[in-house]
Amino acid sequence: MARSTAMKAAGLILALLIFTFFSLAASSSNNQIQILNAERRIDLSSHIVKVFLTLKVENVGTSPASEIFLAFPPSQADQLALVKAQAAIGKKKKKSYVHLDVNPTQLPDAPNGTKYFSISLLNPLSSGETATLEVLYILTHSLEPFPTEISQLESQLVYFRDSALILSPYHIKQQTTFIKTPSTKVESFTRVEPTKFAGRELKYGPYEDRPPYSFSPVIVHLENNSPFAVVEELLREVEISHWGNLQITEHYKLVHAGARHKGVFSRVDYQSRASVKGASSFKHLLASLPPRVHSVYYRDEIGNISSSHLRTDYRKSELEIEPRYPLFGGWKATFVIGYGLPLEDFLFESPDGKRYLNFSFGCPLAQTVVNKLTIKVVLPEGSKDPSAAVPYPVEQHLETKYSYLDVVGRTVLVLEKKNVVPEHITPFQVYYTFKPIFMLAEPLMLASVYFLFFMACVAYLQIDISIRK
Amino acid sequence: MHVLLCIVTGRYSSRLYIAYAPLVVLGTLLAALVPVVGFNAVMTSEHFASFLVFIIIHVVALVYHVKGNLSPRMFKVAVTLVVSVGLVVCCAMIAVLIALVASSPTKGWSGRSLSLLDPTYASKYIPIIASVSEHQPPTWPSYFMDINVLAFLVPAGIIACFLPLSDASSFVVLYIVTAVYFSGVMVRLMLVFAPAACIMSGIALSEAFNVLTRSIKFQLPGSSGISQSGDTSMNTEGEQNDIAKTEKMDETAKERPSKKNKRKEKEPVVKASIRSRIERRLLVLPLEASVIAIILLVLLGAFYVVHCVWAAAEAYSAPSIVLTTYSREGGLHVFDDFREAYAWLSHNTEVDDKVASWWDYGYQTTAMANRTVIVDNNTWNNTHIATVGTAMSSPEKAAWEIFNSLDVKYVLVVFGGLVGYPSDDINKFLWMVRIGGGVFPHIKEPDYLRDGQYRIDSQATPTMLNCLMYKLSYYRFVETDGKAFDRVRQTEIGKKYFKLTHFEEVFTTHHWMVRIYKLKPPKNRIRGKTKKSKSKASSTSSPKRSGTGKRNPWH
Repeated sequence: MARSTAMKAAGLILALLIFTFFSLAASSSNNQIQILNAERRIDLSSHIVKVFLTLKVENVGTSPASEIFLAFPPSQADQLALVKAQAAIGKKKKKSYVHLDVNPTQLPDAPNGTKYFSISLLNPLSSGETATLEVLYILTHSLEPFPTEISQLESQLVYFRDSALILSPYHIKQQTTFIKTPSTKVESFTRVEPTKFAGRELKYGPYEDRPPYSFSPVIVHLENNSPFAVVEELLREVEISHWGNLQITEHYKLVHAGARHKGVFSRVDYQSRASVKGASSFKHLLASLPPRVHSVYYRDEIGNISSSHLRTDYRKSELEIEPRYPLFGGWKATFVIGYGLPLEDFLFESPDGKRYLNFSFGCPLAQTVVNKLTIKVVLPEGSKDPSAAVPYPVEQHLETKYSYLDVVGRTVLVLEKKNVVPEHITPFQVYYTFKPIFMLAEPLMLASVYFLFFMACVAYLQIDISIRK
Repeated sequence: MHVLLCIVTGRYSSRLYIAYAPLVVLGTLLAALVPVVGFNAVMTSEHFASFLVFIIIHVVALVYHVKGNLSPRMFKVAVTLVVSVGLVVCCAMIAVLIALVASSPTKGWSGRSLSLLDPTYASKYIPIIASVSEHQPPTWPSYFMDINVLAFLVPAGIIACFLPLSDASSFVVLYIVTAVYFSGVMVRLMLVFAPAACIMSGIALSEAFNVLTRSIKFQLPGSSGISQSGDTSMNTEGEQNDIAKTEKMDETAKERPSKKNKRKEKEPVVKASIRSRIERRLLVLPLEASVIAIILLVLLGAFYVVHCVWAAAEAYSAPSIVLTTYSREGGLHVFDDFREAYAWLSHNTEVDDKVASWWDYGYQTTAMANRTVIVDNNTWNNTHIATVGTAMSSPEKAAWEIFNSLDVKYVLVVFGGLVGYPSDDINKFLWMVRIGGGVFPHIKEPDYLRDGQYRIDSQATPTMLNCLMYKLSYYRFVETDGKAFDRVRQTEIGKKYFKLTHFEEVFTTHHWMVRIYKLKPPKNRIRGKTKKSKSKASSTSSPKRSGTGKRNPWH
């Protein structure tokens, strides 16, 4: 009896211990890690907001920490396009950066719906150690035009909403935020002392000793005339032909996502001084294409658009396109860009016998945000087991496309992603198996058709099918 | 017409009947299938001539058939019987027909065909037909441009056709004579003239080649028998190619159809003697001359082909929606303004917005900009086009009211003054005035003319300087170069500084070739004393409102 009670007590204590251990573990992140110094630089010079966060973290707990959490307010988390992290290794002169994996996570007791990302450290941080992390995250659609409608002669003003204090699940000892504006004109900004605005830089901080999840919303009303080029939908079709060519077709729906244009558009004003009259409009778009590109075309539903220039190099090609008219706020344009690439630059054979296409993911237009990107990789007829290795989370599915001389159809691997920025341009791979004998299918088909036709003619002419002589 | 001629000259044959009768029936049916023509194929007077001949040929066929079956005396009786009955019936029908035809004002002819008979008809009564450039008479150089070398081969061919004058050649001669007349009236009918010209010159060239190749064949070593005639006529007549050719053609033309034409029963005896005479006088040119002549003729044909290809490429294939010029460095400069404007319209306007422009751009706007237009190239409703023309010629307020009543949102104007594009709306303005004035009498053409000319410079009339077309074309044009020099009219414009009160500019293309304006919404309040009196006037005159038509409903 005493033994059972003793065992019960032991079990209870064990459960309690385990519970406290887990609760400690759950909140250990909050108690274990402390940010010694956080410096955030927000770059507002284009409509894509880039934030560079330098964190110096220290492990003040007892157990080693292998993850660092980044917190974002829920509205910002929807606009987050990319989060990248690097760890700095080495001292001043020999500093090098190692890439770290960042994954979205959930924490159980998130206040106000905060979203989290966890950075996995290479070597767990043991107690008392410090590490420096460089984090880059990119926000899209975070500059809200205000006033929402402007005339041709006015400049574009936008709101940027953020917090003067960095939102974090950890205690931050010292933090500063720098906001870089594209011009010296800032209409207003919220003051959270100490705040200083000089030239093109707005400095919030330094703030000392702030508890975790401290948040101080600020609104900065600034002038931003950079081109707000947003591609609402981009469909990129990559067609692999084993006869040596890679054919790419890209369908764009471009819109100017800044303050809507109202009233008169005066061409004489625009042509006389476009930098003042029509400041927020844009006319040129630059597309970076791989080198050795050929047969480039640029057209829309009506026909060919002749205002484009192609400059090729041995390292890259640049296609500078001008839509038919300059884009003011709210104006749309749609067009198609197509080009061909030599297959040997992109198709390789992996060690396990599969072939793979190494191609760049993302939109070749510079400084544009793509709301919805769809990449379709059309594999040659007779390919099997397609799979894709993409460094970002994408939605995949398969389709079939019927093209020239197709019998069973070509497998199409469709990748979809939302909210794509130029920093997403990295190579991705699509693996598939293909037996070389299938390449003969098409020529054999053509040859056999003609052969049968001629044989039929010969037979008809030579065979005597009359019933009686 | 050819059938009548054949019948009159006694060359009726069953072939003629087989060729003509189904042609009339099928042709009328096919013409009636075209939706625009419809029942006009049997109701308008242009077709009555062919129906008349249709009836005549049936009568003649019947006569011949009966003649073949009856004895001569019976035949005479039958003829008198039929003729008397037929005359009565014919008179009755003709009376009915004349009554029908005379009742319509144009005697049953449609406007376009009447302008063929009377070229000044269109400009007097229906200016919209006169305004189409393809309906104008052609200039002499345009003949050479279109048919080139054939211009002097055609008369040679006509003479070649006359020499044997069979059914076929008489048909071709009649065809070409009528085609020449009609194409002289309307340049669009050059299309009808071209095949006739080709046939004629083909005949001429084939005769020429016949002579030359025969002369070569005669003079080649080893050809015997016919060389005797060759020797006898190796005279000096053959020095000048032209005269020789025509003479040769005369005589060989007589010879060739005589081999083919089986029908000439009167002539076989005469033919034999002529043939021997011809053979004796057969002209054979010296070998070198004929070889050179053949080479020259081939070269002529080659140049003709080159010219045709060039004419088709330059004159008839230029789409005229994308204009290109060559810059000083040799590069190509493209004026893509039309497509720019249509792309802007299709992306940046609402789906139901209506666009008003002159009818030339109607189909382009519908196809490329995907917006509803008020008038387009079909031009089937003259009054509607006249409404748009009147609006373009009226002052701003009246034009606003007309366009507002048509529920128009955007007005599109083509302006070539900045780059020198000559087919812009200011040059077409005279047709807007004429067509508008043809339906709405308050637009009077002399109001816009100074010394009988349309001007836009300082000598222009005040009506011209205040009309909507002037204002929409030249709005803020002076700010481009400070002097407002119009490159098409080669003069500075009259009124340089003005504001638009009822329209606002929403888009102008890169080279200013297309300008798009939006109708301003009406004001909510009208200040001043005019409001009370106007409201009283509108309430008392509301029963009359349907009569006055284009009143602004907001006032």
